[in-house]
Amino acid sequence: MRAYHDLGGTPAGPIDHDEHALQLWEKRIEALLVLLTRKKILRIDENRRGLESLGSEAYFAASYAERRMLSMSNNLIMKGVISVEALAAKIAEIESRVDPLP
Amino acid sequence: MSHDPADHHGHGDHAHGHRHPNQPDHDDTLTYYRKLEMAVRELLIEKNIISADEVRKVVENIESRSPEGGARVVARAWSDPQFKQALLEDATAACASMGFEMALYDVQLTVVENTPDVHNMVVCTLCSCYPRMLLGLPPAWYKSRAYRSRAVREPRAVLREFGLELPDTVSVRVHDSTADLRYLVLPMRPEGTEDMSEAELAAIVNRDSMIGTAVVAAPK
Amino acid sequence: MVTQPAFKAGERVHVRQVDSQGHIRTPHYIRGKTGVIERFVGFFRNPEELAYGRSGEPHRALYRVRFVQSHVWPDYGGAAGDTIDIDIYEHWLQPVNPS
Repeated sequence: MRAYHDLGGTPAGPIDHDEHALQLWEKRIEALLVLLTRKKILRIDENRRGLESLGSEAYFAASYAERRMLSMSNNLIMKGVISVEALAAKIAEIESRVDPLP
Repeated sequence: MSHDPADHHGHGDHAHGHRHPNQPDHDDTLTYYRKLEMAVRELLIEKNIISADEVRKVVENIESRSPEGGARVVARAWSDPQFKQALLEDATAACASMGFEMALYDVQLTVVENTPDVHNMVVCTLCSCYPRMLLGLPPAWYKSRAYRSRAVREPRAVLREFGLELPDTVSVRVHDSTADLRYLVLPMRPEGTEDMSEAELAAIVNRDSMIGTAVVAAPK
Repeated sequence: MVTQPAFKAGERVHVRQVDSQGHIRTPHYIRGKTGVIERFVGFFRNPEELAYGRSGEPHRALYRVRFVQSHVWPDYGGAAGDTIDIDIYEHWLQPVNPS
């Protein structure tokens, strides 16, 4: 059985050559991964395994940065670094900010 | 902490108004994933696992890496046969000797050389492994489903989409970067560049030639 | 830790045809195919274990294995000399005995 992320040789259309310059928040996701790796909290192999556990629908619907973020937060919850409750509360608090994106 | 405005404005790529049609999550829209990034980052900072300053410094480090780094390595290899030999034997050490910090990435770098008989091209079918230390973050197409699917099965058709038509006398050698190695292609030095300095050579080396979806053209 | 790689450059190897679950670094399309060891790369901790938070030990030998494209894809449309190199861990490889 081929896993959905294991794409080599599967049918696909033409390549979109448009260059998408990364936004700051996407670079921050990469920075968080670098820091968590450097501090030995998360291995990049664990984050890859997390990507392969998102399910194909979420994997292909999300952008590259988005799915790496999803895998990271799932891994941090699984490891007990952050709790589901604290994450939900923080997201609600961000939503309540007058100007969440200054 | 919050994402303070000074920090937010300091970084450029998003600031020039580029809007990708498939990326509706503009920098001024609070999507779910942006909230998730903010929330996780702020929680990690509150727990003293990371600091805002560390995040800013790593973002700066990421932004400081670009294909110009790889181009410097290629130009050195073209200019200095001893360096080229060292690069092909142990690319991690050779690039470290030029000041590229490799430890951050915990992977081994490998350089594969294009010759009149062999053209190398790199893909990662399982994820998006890429020599970030020398080329910066990968372009969107490198991470795309289309490139990851097709580069191994029909590399010549993919190269044609990049505008590169190779005769059958040149073997196409694909590298599927599946594990702990990162590949950089050493493109062929174009004719007519014998009198160019190392810095001049570096200026003609393009990113895609180091991924293997292009060659370096002779300067006009 | 293993101290000697089992295969040497030039040796023919068969990629195991295993239908496994878990985190796997050997692409599906190359399983069951035969190639030639291009070089021994080194010993690395096993990513298929690291992916689950374990130590990844003992270290595993990693090779770059070269395959002929027309063997990998029977309908391959490119030149006969086209090849693909893939990094594969030793536990995914079996010796091919010359008959």
